[in-house]
Amino acid sequence: MPDAQEALVAFEGVQKTYDGRQLVVRDLNLDIARGEFLTMLGPSGSGKTTCLMMLAGFETPTHGRILLNGTELNRVPPHRRGIGMVFQNYALFPHMTVQENLAFPLEVRGMSRAEIETKVARALDMVRLPEFGGRRPAQLSGGQQQRVAVARALVFEPDLVLMDEPLGALDKNLREEMQYEIKHIHESLGVTVVYVTHDQSEALTMSNRIAVFDDGVIQQLATPDVLYEKPENAFVAQFIGENNRLIARVTEMDGSFCTVELEDGQKVRALSVNVAGAGEITTLSLRPERVVIGPGQDFADNRISGRVEELIYLGDHIRARLTVAGNDSFIVKVANAHDHVRLSQGSEVPLGWASEDCRALDAGVGNAAPA
Amino acid sequence: MRLLFGSSALAMGVVLGAGTALAVDLTVVSWGGAYTASQQKAYHDPYMAANPDVKIINDDSAAEGLAKLRAQVESGNVTWDLVDMVASDAITACDEGLIEEIDPDSMLAAAPDGTPASQDFFAGTLTPGGTNCFIPQIVYSTTFGYRTDAFEGEQPSTIADVFDLEKFPGRRALEKKPIGNLEWALIADGVPGEQVYEVLNTEEGVDRAFAKLDTIKESVVWWTKGAQPPQLLADGEVVIASAYNGRLFSAIAEKNQPIAMLWDWQVFDLDGWVIPKGTPNKDAVLEYLMFATDTQRLADQAKFISYGPARYSSGPLVGNHADLGIDMKPHMPTNEANAKTILNFDYVWWADHRAELDERFNAWLAK
Amino acid sequence: MMAHELTTADGVPLRISLERALLRSRIRAALLVVPLMAFLLFAFILPIFDMLYRSVENTIVAQVLPETVIALQDWDETGDALPDEAVFKTAVADIQAAFKAKTLGRLARRLNYEKPGMASLLRKSGRRSLRITEAPWSEQLIKIDRKWGDINIWRLIKRESDHLTESYFLAAVDMRLDDLGAVNWQPENRQIYLQLFWKTVWMSGLITILCLLLGYPVAFLLATLPLRTSNLLMVLVLLPFWTSLLVRTTSWIALLQTEGVLNDLMVVVGLISDDGRLQMIHNKIGTFVAMTHILLPFMILPLYSVMKTIPPSYMRAARSLGATPFTAFVRVYLPNTVSGIGAGSILVFILSIGYYITPALVGGRTGTFISNFIASHVSETLNWGLAAALGVILLALVLALYLLYDRIVGIDNMKLG
Repeated sequence: MPDAQEALVAFEGVQKTYDGRQLVVRDLNLDIARGEFLTMLGPSGSGKTTCLMMLAGFETPTHGRILLNGTELNRVPPHRRGIGMVFQNYALFPHMTVQENLAFPLEVRGMSRAEIETKVARALDMVRLPEFGGRRPAQLSGGQQQRVAVARALVFEPDLVLMDEPLGALDKNLREEMQYEIKHIHESLGVTVVYVTHDQSEALTMSNRIAVFDDGVIQQLATPDVLYEKPENAFVAQFIGENNRLIARVTEMDGSFCTVELEDGQKVRALSVNVAGAGEITTLSLRPERVVIGPGQDFADNRISGRVEELIYLGDHIRARLTVAGNDSFIVKVANAHDHVRLSQGSEVPLGWASEDCRALDAGVGNAAPA
Repeated sequence: MRLLFGSSALAMGVVLGAGTALAVDLTVVSWGGAYTASQQKAYHDPYMAANPDVKIINDDSAAEGLAKLRAQVESGNVTWDLVDMVASDAITACDEGLIEEIDPDSMLAAAPDGTPASQDFFAGTLTPGGTNCFIPQIVYSTTFGYRTDAFEGEQPSTIADVFDLEKFPGRRALEKKPIGNLEWALIADGVPGEQVYEVLNTEEGVDRAFAKLDTIKESVVWWTKGAQPPQLLADGEVVIASAYNGRLFSAIAEKNQPIAMLWDWQVFDLDGWVIPKGTPNKDAVLEYLMFATDTQRLADQAKFISYGPARYSSGPLVGNHADLGIDMKPHMPTNEANAKTILNFDYVWWADHRAELDERFNAWLAK
Repeated sequence: MMAHELTTADGVPLRISLERALLRSRIRAALLVVPLMAFLLFAFILPIFDMLYRSVENTIVAQVLPETVIALQDWDETGDALPDEAVFKTAVADIQAAFKAKTLGRLARRLNYEKPGMASLLRKSGRRSLRITEAPWSEQLIKIDRKWGDINIWRLIKRESDHLTESYFLAAVDMRLDDLGAVNWQPENRQIYLQLFWKTVWMSGLITILCLLLGYPVAFLLATLPLRTSNLLMVLVLLPFWTSLLVRTTSWIALLQTEGVLNDLMVVVGLISDDGRLQMIHNKIGTFVAMTHILLPFMILPLYSVMKTIPPSYMRAARSLGATPFTAFVRVYLPNTVSGIGAGSILVFILSIGYYITPALVGGRTGTFISNFIASHVSETLNWGLAAALGVILLALVLALYLLYDRIVGIDNMKLG
């Protein structure tokens, strides 16, 4: 949903180094639209949290500018930025009650007592904890603390809320529940959210757009569906969702397609997304659910064979691990449908997929061209 | 709890002692440092050489001697065999029944010329304050030292000079106790030395002493440990200080500090041995004392430290300092030139008035 | 009440069986702490009771003068007549017996605390009393010393013949019993202890505040700096612990004395003239400086251990919520360190109140504490009764403070590390 609205936040050529030798963030350029839910996704050490901290004002950019509402933030201290923030471990003040926690940002803004009471009550209602105002954070469950933390970041009605892995400490069920809750709050308030996580399913569930970080650089910035279906490089393909990776050499360029030779000599056609030219090494990316086993289906214009190594029964589908062209962790999902193919371990089976579903990407780290 | 520690040490002593039937360990409590060293060289080493079955163990806790001794005697765990004490503490300990009585003529060696011990020790020193538990070893004096570079021309020479801030400006160091200071204050105020206690015995006399002290109060640094005054003089913190004469000797002769002695109305005090009541080694202790307090031994100690032996017969035997080679006689407080005016503590008077005057002195200090 | 109780397989009621199992583990747990409890009992609790008892114990008079004490019971001390001849007779006999038993010295010291002069009176009377073998008893005793004709001597003996006495406690608060047994202030020029208690308390309070002011930023640095830097800083904080107390104290003397390093420096810089050197040691300033230095680690360590547990996100959260650094500190950080402040302060205060070596060396005339006097009564004057009474009052002061702290902050909130 990168709509045409003006950007609320803009990173312009931002760089950050802590030790003067290594850049943690290299040349970040990013516009975040008003009302958007943008997630910064990436493994730890990829620079996403640093970006968030620079935006919040707890780190200063080594180079470049950060704009909020068109104003340069670099010299504005955190408390004057008016940005709400939810921290990893909630950072609720243990010596204050829930009410006092929520009232804190209002008090430091010098609001009247009556106004504060109304707003605190409304915020508690919003996170469905109206009864808990008098309790201390330690007397709440993890999920309740999380909701209070969200309410506190929103109670002073900021334009922008930052969330730093806010659900990391919760167990799986609660996490999913909270994902929906945060998403609903975002939708109903229309507030802009910048969300940091290393959990790709969380990112896919909640975001309007996702910025995938690696090595201090945004690898791809796109909506969840684009990111999943059309990854632009090997890192994104591997990081988002389940992915089959085949290393191959480009033998021929063919418009938007190319022909490649797999390690075992089989040749297939793939969508040429990010390849340098004939003779170069490429990583083929293929989602498991787009591979079919057995003959038939017209769309599957690529056909090769593989050996079944392992079968895992998962109820609605069967997960098959195969060796294909030297890759022994090639996954295929066989739907447990009425007439699905019966596989047996060790058997050679024919496989097929459409050329458009097989994306030829960069060589990826450690896959340099063989001499 | 201090009272409980003794028993195990005692038990250990018994076990160790059981090895050789005659061997005995004597725990001798003294002041540590140079003083214990002088006793080691003059008394312990020669005695142990002559008596290989005796082992003398030094314990440096004489500063808390009185309190620890009382704790040991009260709990019945006496682990000390011999304690070095100043006379006033020995009076207290004797009053409290903490130490053995002494019969000088049967327990102590006579002088080489046959004079019995009771006649050979300085008059009255065996019975301070009317008690009879104390064997004096040395006469030490609390006297004054001054910086030789502090005054142009005339140097301080009398006790009155100590109290004269106009003639001899600069800070003084005095011991943080009424004892000695009150006497000096009266003498400086014109009271003849022999009438000091007579005057002090009246309320007006005490007032007079404090009034005299008032005149220098703001210029006094009060010391509590014997090591302080020589250091204060050496650092130039004070220009005149009362101090133990041995400490001043070591600052002058051994460390070459620009300090000189002021012997006027030095206060004589005694330091000596007492035997804890209930020591398991009383016989061995008495045997040792017979040797260690004889005429030669007391004179020997003066080779190592400048305190005067407490026997008349030892005086002529005092020789040169063992390391410096200088004649020790002129440095003895008992030397004729130094002892023209001396003040002997009236232990009886102080036993009566110490508590009262300590309080008054401290109240005066705090004002 | 119970229809049928649950039982284990062999028929023992479940409840009893459970208790048995628990008892065994309880006994085992108790055995583990027995050595510590025994140590505490002998090294801590018993001595405290011993001290409490000594502060009122007074058996000596009745022990040394047993018959005199009984004979005096019928004498009216409020009148102005001396005890009768019979009392003098028993007194002479008691003194003679005490002289032979060598217990007179202790009595002399005890009574001298109450009335200066008693020591010499009794010691003098000991040997000479042996000469008295027949009546007139009173005349001969008074001939030994006129003081025996002073009715107040007899009033004193009668008053102190109880096994318990309040006189140590009275002395500890600058009071005394006068000749007629009424409680009175000491003469003004002997009043010392109350002001010493007060001085000890306020100086310890100020030392605690100084430690807090100096220690808080250091503890904060320790808790927030990167590990390597903070380890180095921690070594610096702990360094004083590895140096002997005496060395540290004397170093301060070398630094602060009028001919010392600091004064020299100020003269060289021209801040003060050579004649105007500042007196910074052997007075209250010396005590403040040296004590603050020595006790600082005891403030820093509890603060550090508390600060270490405060996530940096608290301050960030407060900042992001709109608080200035100062507000964030006062409203969020500071309240979360209260337990450390409390623990450190109470530790420093209690240690300070009982310190005596340092004030003795650098406190000079004005910077000494009550503990210096307790120490002197224990080791020099052997007046253990007064030392105990002063100690009991000090202990009561500390306990009162502790209760006050519990009331205000809550002892459960205290974190010592």
